[in-house]
Amino acid sequence: MSYFGDIYKGIKTLLTGMSVTGKVFLNNKNNSITQQYPDNRETLKMFNRFRGEVVMPHNEKNEHTCTGCQKCEIACPNGSIEIIWDRQIDPESGKKKKMIDKHIYHLGMCTMCGLCIEACPTDAILWAQNYENSVYDRTKLTKVLNQPGSKIMPGVED
Amino acid sequence: MILSINIVENDIFNMLLIAAIYLGIFSVAGLFLVLLERKVAAWFQLRLGPNRVGPWGLLQTMADALKLVSKELTGTIKADKFLYNLAPYFVIISSLMALAVFPFTQEFQAFDINIGIFFLIAISSIGVIGILLGGWASNNKFALIGAMRSGVQTISYELSVGLSLVTMVLLTGTLQLSEIIEVQKSGWLIVQGHIPAIIAFMIYMIAGTAETNRAPFDMVEAESELGAGFHTEYSGMKFAYFFLAEFINMFIIAAIGTTVFFGGWLSPFGITESIPWLGIFWFLGKTFALVFLMMWFRWTFPRLRVDQLLTLEWKYLLPLNLLNIVLMALIVWLGLTIQI
Ligand code: SF4
Ligand code: SF4
Repeated sequence: MSYFGDIYKGIKTLLTGMSVTGKVFLNNKNNSITQQYPDNRETLKMFNRFRGEVVMPHNEKNEHTCTGCQKCEIACPNGSIEIIWDRQIDPESGKKKKMIDKHIYHLGMCTMCGLCIEACPTDAILWAQNYENSVYDRTKLTKVLNQPGSKIMPGVED
Repeated sequence: MILSINIVENDIFNMLLIAAIYLGIFSVAGLFLVLLERKVAAWFQLRLGPNRVGPWGLLQTMADALKLVSKELTGTIKADKFLYNLAPYFVIISSLMALAVFPFTQEFQAFDINIGIFFLIAISSIGVIGILLGGWASNNKFALIGAMRSGVQTISYELSVGLSLVTMVLLTGTLQLSEIIEVQKSGWLIVQGHIPAIIAFMIYMIAGTAETNRAPFDMVEAESELGAGFHTEYSGMKFAYFFLAEFINMFIIAAIGTTVFFGGWLSPFGITESIPWLGIFWFLGKTFALVFLMMWFRWTFPRLRVDQLLTLEWKYLLPLNLLNIVLMALIVWLGLTIQI
């Protein structure tokens, strides 16, 4: 009598499905996942893995950890990173060494692939979680990541 | 608001007035059904739904309708112009016509004919002609496939809807909707007819959902395979007619269910019997409960394939329905109904 067995099974599975969605319906008010975006601009926090743009963090003494090794520039598949570097005398050791002048990042070209961040040996660049990146002038999308007057954190190159 | 509507004075002016009132009420009601659907869908999917236009998004579908009215009516060059333009009116008129026979309260009924149920079944099958016309005249393969599926589906499920209602007619002994409600003063039919009535109700709800071409039976407009199905080539107000007709049809299926199984405007245990105009709230309350049930189906079950759809109807619903009629006949004959 698989005919009636099928009917019984059919009804049972349909009711199981309906009870699942019914529970979701009743509990919706507490765990709705919608963000009321423009209204909650102040409080909205993006999740950690969100890729907004590449940034270079600086500490309070205006120091970063970029050695100017150019690995990120080589890793970038579409040339969104350009490093302008120079050999200068290091005031501490008195030796000549490679230093970055400008770490240029073209946000307008970046595909957010993250290869540059993977490639960086000193973790000098990271993902920022900002998301309101649209501008009216596209030259604003070309950014210099190292702040003016910044220098490398001592001890990074050792 | 109580309108004592009687077609006693056979007055053209009265008829036009009633028609205008019904059109007004139900096109607005249709819009709010669309809104309800969107809200319910959102709640089922852990979203919020429309909440920007008006308080709680109440005016969202009004805004949508205004947008649709202001849109250009496009169409295909090779379409059969006359049929193409006729189709949406066919669909919307047939669904609005069905509304005339419902008794919303004891007095609030536009047209009380003695073949009410028969009229409803007949009218609800006319809508499919509009869908077939639309699909055929659009000259678009997706529209044509959608329309043909609709034909298959409606012809199959029409049987189940009809037979499950016939099962209940065995109990009432009349096809007139006002008398069907009169009979239920001694217990709603789903109680009077107990087991066969419950089976009939289940079959009715399944077949009714299929009749309105809603998910899980929405092969007619299966978005993932057919674009928009039979109304692929319609835009603006003509599309809005199809859309509105779908929602009014849903209301109609729920309203027939309410009238035939759940006592129409009668209150449970006669608690508000002394205030007859409250009937409309009971009627609408029960109807919306059934509408909600159909929305619950829609947002729970995945779409069926065409062969599954036909298997369900011809191998399961139809034989069960025929058995059920015999069972109901026996119960009525032996006087085993439950009378309160
Ligand atoms: S995320 Fe990818 S595309 Fe963007 S700068 Fe880094 S390597 Fe280039
Ligand atoms: S950001 Fe990292 S990879 Fe790029 S130049 Fe600086 S240290 Fe090298």
